[in-house]
Amino acid sequence: MVDLIKRAKELLESSAVKVVIGYEQGTGNKTRALFVEKTEDADKLIFDSRCIQNLAAYVTKKEVKEKGKMAIAATLPVMRSIIQLASEFQVNDNNLLVLGITPESNLIEFANLVEVETFVHQYQIEIDARNKEMLDKLAKMTSAERWKFWVDELAPCFKCYACRAACPMCYCSRCTVDFNQPQWIPVPSTELGNLEWHIMRAMHLTGRCIDCDACYNACPLSIPINLLTKRMLVDAKEHFGNYQPSLKGDNLMSTYKPDDKENFIQ
Amino acid sequence: MAEFEPKIVAFVCNWCTYAGADLTGTSRIKYASNVRIIRFPCTGRIDYMLLLKAFDEGADGIIVSGCHPNDCHYTSGNFHARRRWIMFRSLCDFTGIDTERIKFSWVSAAEGAKWAEIVNTTVASIRELGPYTDYKKVAKYPEKEVIHG
Repeated sequence: MVDLIKRAKELLESSAVKVVIGYEQGTGNKTRALFVEKTEDADKLIFDSRCIQNLAAYVTKKEVKEKGKMAIAATLPVMRSIIQLASEFQVNDNNLLVLGITPESNLIEFANLVEVETFVHQYQIEIDARNKEMLDKLAKMTSAERWKFWVDELAPCFKCYACRAACPMCYCSRCTVDFNQPQWIPVPSTELGNLEWHIMRAMHLTGRCIDCDACYNACPLSIPINLLTKRMLVDAKEHFGNYQPSLKGDNLMSTYKPDDKENFIQ
Repeated sequence: MAEFEPKIVAFVCNWCTYAGADLTGTSRIKYASNVRIIRFPCTGRIDYMLLLKAFDEGADGIIVSGCHPNDCHYTSGNFHARRRWIMFRSLCDFTGIDTERIKFSWVSAAEGAKWAEIVNTTVASIRELGPYTDYKKVAKYPEKEVIHG
């Protein structure tokens, strides 16, 4: 992407930013994250359809943050993540510059996060057809069948936490799974422990997940863990209306309405 | 074989349901003794992980109860809890955890009779459903029981 390389060089030369986060050619047919700190490295930057990793996961990392102001090559899901992170006070205009890549692969530079928000709000979060079908299939099952489905699907999970590492929203310096007093989630891979971990993950991402599928793409076993967060997204929409990450910071689970509707509390 | 006696764990808030349960006792209303009450400062403090842990440790049913909306001692704890319950319940439903076994209710400090009724109906419905073997099988509960003594 010529525009991106040119702009990255300009930004680094003028010291407007200290590091540009983008993609480079990785091993095999894969791409990986690239942190450009010297102008000559900017030539390695690429962008194509293989670049699906959510780079927003890096902007909250201490090692990256301490380099100074960052610029990030951001696709639509990455921009959504950034808005969500900004609403949680993890990034701001002073430490992040967004080089947006539109769904049509054009480069647009945003002066501030408000512009990013306006851009992001033009597009609705849509669940793709394949996953929608899977959600419908699961919804039609009985409770016992769903239980069996999830126990079987999650049984091979050996808790490498790649899903956590890939997720831009999982930035806590100490995650609940790392606690051992109390030991919320057993350390070894057990059927129930795996289920508990994935339920906990889905609950912590409720109202924050922007459906980028980074967790699923990172999973070495391709366990469809993204279905859990997708279902939360669908249900949140059903109960609390359309959800879009916004700079106002009114996160779904940290706010309430006195007239929230439910039908199961006696 | 003796009739199955369900183990019920009740997570209740200090200000309403705990006081309500106290009133049930002082009013001499008899209710099922299957329930083990755990007192929390507020429904907002009742973490969903605790509910999972209750099942893990062998509970067959759970009651979660607190102040009616607008009555929270901390103004908004139960409103936050309600949102969390809505989402947690649908996640339980999606993962196949039996939502029939988790009963949510609002019981105020003046509703001693309501508390007795909630407990009685929950015990009756769980008795009908039987022990939560699906969960216990996965939790490998029998071996754990030995460890805990």
